[in-house]
Amino acid sequence: MNPSRIFAVVLRQYYLIRGSPSRILPLFMWVMIDMILWGFITRYLNAFTNSGYNFVPALLGAVLLWDFLTRVMHGLTMAFFEDVWTRNFLNVFATPITISEYVTGLVLSSITTSTFGLLVMLLIALGFGLSFFIYGLMFIPFLLVLFMCGIALGIVGVSVVLRLGPAAEWFIWPVPAMLSPFVGVFYPLSTLPVWMRAISYALPPSYVFESMRAIVRGGRPSLLGLALSAALAVVYILLAARFFRRTYRYAVNVGLIARYSAESVS
Amino acid sequence: MVEFDMSGDLVLSVNSLRKNYGDTVAVDDVSFHVARNEIVGLLGPNGAGKTTTINMILDVLEPSSGAITIEGVGLAVSRTRALSNTNFAAVYAPVPGNLTVYQNLRVFGMMYNVKSLAQRIEEVIREFDLLKFRDSKCGVLSSGEQTRVCLAKAMLNRPCLLLLDEPTASLDPATARDIRTKIRDFTAQGHGGVLWTSHNMYEVQEVCDRVLFLSHGKVLLEGDPKSLPEEHGKNSLEELFITVAREPLTLELE
Repeated sequence: MNPSRIFAVVLRQYYLIRGSPSRILPLFMWVMIDMILWGFITRYLNAFTNSGYNFVPALLGAVLLWDFLTRVMHGLTMAFFEDVWTRNFLNVFATPITISEYVTGLVLSSITTSTFGLLVMLLIALGFGLSFFIYGLMFIPFLLVLFMCGIALGIVGVSVVLRLGPAAEWFIWPVPAMLSPFVGVFYPLSTLPVWMRAISYALPPSYVFESMRAIVRGGRPSLLGLALSAALAVVYILLAARFFRRTYRYAVNVGLIARYSAESVS
Repeated sequence: MVEFDMSGDLVLSVNSLRKNYGDTVAVDDVSFHVARNEIVGLLGPNGAGKTTTINMILDVLEPSSGAITIEGVGLAVSRTRALSNTNFAAVYAPVPGNLTVYQNLRVFGMMYNVKSLAQRIEEVIREFDLLKFRDSKCGVLSSGEQTRVCLAKAMLNRPCLLLLDEPTASLDPATARDIRTKIRDFTAQGHGGVLWTSHNMYEVQEVCDRVLFLSHGKVLLEGDPKSLPEEHGKNSLEELFITVAREPLTLELE
């Protein structure tokens, strides 16, 4: 892989974000609103229930972690959509850049933008009394697993848009919301019916949120579960990369890259 | 068909290239070459297969069969090496309008892994008279200025093979002439060859050393644009073009 070509993708994204408030605001606006909203809800629940259970690390922490995954996914898809919106595929894919370099560039762009969102969320969380020391060192594998999942979802998302055309963009934005009931962001998996739980076990974030709740309750996280979730996330990234490569080859074969705005070549 | 001296080194060699979409054949067993220092015109009516051929050379469209070799490197064997020696400008592929001229050149220069990029950017900016637009977003430039940016991008990596798909279509006559001069200078420097499509037969006659007429995906005629019309009993290249477009069979039977 050639670092110059990878960095070109990141640099393009940097240029676009640097001069554009409409690109800067979404990096932290929605996560900020989410954090403030849930910050007050948890504060209210703590005062109202008087159960001794601290909702802040359970709910506000869950919102933060889930929004991080969402930001990672959207960071990757946004970088790709810039090429969709400017009809830039022909210029980009006629260069010597390889698919691996292009996707790596998208991933690095996503790391940059999602880190920015994460820092904003951490600051707001501190304001509501959420200290991430409560999760201890487990916070690192939590973020890692969710990051890998966000990347896998992002790559699948851009593959779908590459295959179906620019109008398929709307499929991508609600994907995290569609997955959230299955991964138990706010409730234990035991709450779910059996058929939903079966799906949950195949989704790496489920193990993260179960472990997080175990820590909040004073128990121990399932290290085996976290290891399994990390392994699953790696497998999903590899499958997603394969899916993107196959979609790209299909697009090159039928001429979609050159006539992308047509959405299909039939 | 006219025989050409093949002893000069070739920057592009296309052999038995074919592209079909189901039963529809877009490019049908096309073979040709472009030598160093040479400007080859790829002519033909709309839908003849010119852009399809160019897209296959750029590897954004997979051929159904056939082989493409750029500067001695098989495109199917080593895409990255082959495309490092190639660049293109097309009227339908402007660079992103939301980046400035400099930003676009820097991003694409890095994608082509151009050495001493900062210096090279300044050179092409000067060469294509883009100094006053250096920090302007490409989307606010006139179509002629955008074409010059595309050409600057196309020259960034000093390509051995330059593909130009109607590069002067949106330019005023004076600017178009300047561009033609620059392209001729590029080939005169001895570094590369050019494959040029245009519907402007005056321009083709002025610029191209050799032309290929495509019709229904096949190479129908090949030769010197200055002598080809007379060889086929036509008064001008434009007249020959119209015959290719309307009555290709009459030429096939010759």
